[in-house]
Amino acid sequence: MPIVTALVAGLLFGLGLIVSGMADPSKVLGFLDLAGAWDPSLAFVMAGAIAVGLGAFAVAKRRRTSLIGLDMQLPASTTVDRRLVGGSLLFGIGWGIAGLCPGPGLVALGMGQPKAAVFVLAMLAGMGIFELLERK
Amino acid sequence: MNIAWNAITPYASLAGGAVIGLAASLLVLFNGRIAGISGVLGGLLKPRTGDVGWRLAFVGGLVAAPAAYALFAAVPAPHVSASWGAIALAGLLVGVGTRYGSGCTSGHGVCGLSRLSPRSLVATLTFMAAGFATVLVVRHALVL
Repeated sequence: MPIVTALVAGLLFGLGLIVSGMADPSKVLGFLDLAGAWDPSLAFVMAGAIAVGLGAFAVAKRRRTSLIGLDMQLPASTTVDRRLVGGSLLFGIGWGIAGLCPGPGLVALGMGQPKAAVFVLAMLAGMGIFELLERK
Repeated sequence: MNIAWNAITPYASLAGGAVIGLAASLLVLFNGRIAGISGVLGGLLKPRTGDVGWRLAFVGGLVAAPAAYALFAAVPAPHVSASWGAIALAGLLVGVGTRYGSGCTSGHGVCGLSRLSPRSLVATLTFMAAGFATVLVVRHALVL
């Protein structure tokens, strides 16, 4: 059952990215390019996603188990530290260079875009570097 | 500020965003997990028993989404303007950065803001600012 719900969630997430236009890096870069012809569409995507998510996460926060009895695993940390800010800075720079973040990278890979394959491989390598540096 | 009125897609983006919100809602309500793509992927690099299947299924769903979309309509082609080297550098930065920052656009931006996490608000504002600054430099100050 958890496999099925995760598959459906992943599929819907990907469909949402395609419908919203966010699987196209040029559209994302249009949002990030404040000095050019600015395309605010990404803000509409965030608004739509958060409007739906607010209710679900309000319910999730009050539960100890999921609807199918799994542990509710929400992040517990509330501290803002250098890792959070530094990591987010690096991510934002990479995002601005390619117009790709992890979700759209995987969806564009599914579209058969060769550069998305390079992006995903490099991203996995980056995550592997993190594991090597942090695995104690 | 110069708004690209010919490019903006308010209804499709709002609707697509709502579907993304629905997907994140399903994953947290049924699996008890945050739909953060970088976190789901990262967890596969240090696999733990019983914690692999749902991750692979979620990632598989994302990769299969274009094939599912193609059943109903032609899939819009993604336009990647960055060079191969720039793409590889971007991927590395995104991989390292999202793991140190504990999340990306989905985990912090969608899920974190939906659960009103101050940490995610800081992360989202940080990577957005870095993204704006990077595009400003790449597009308007130098040619990569």
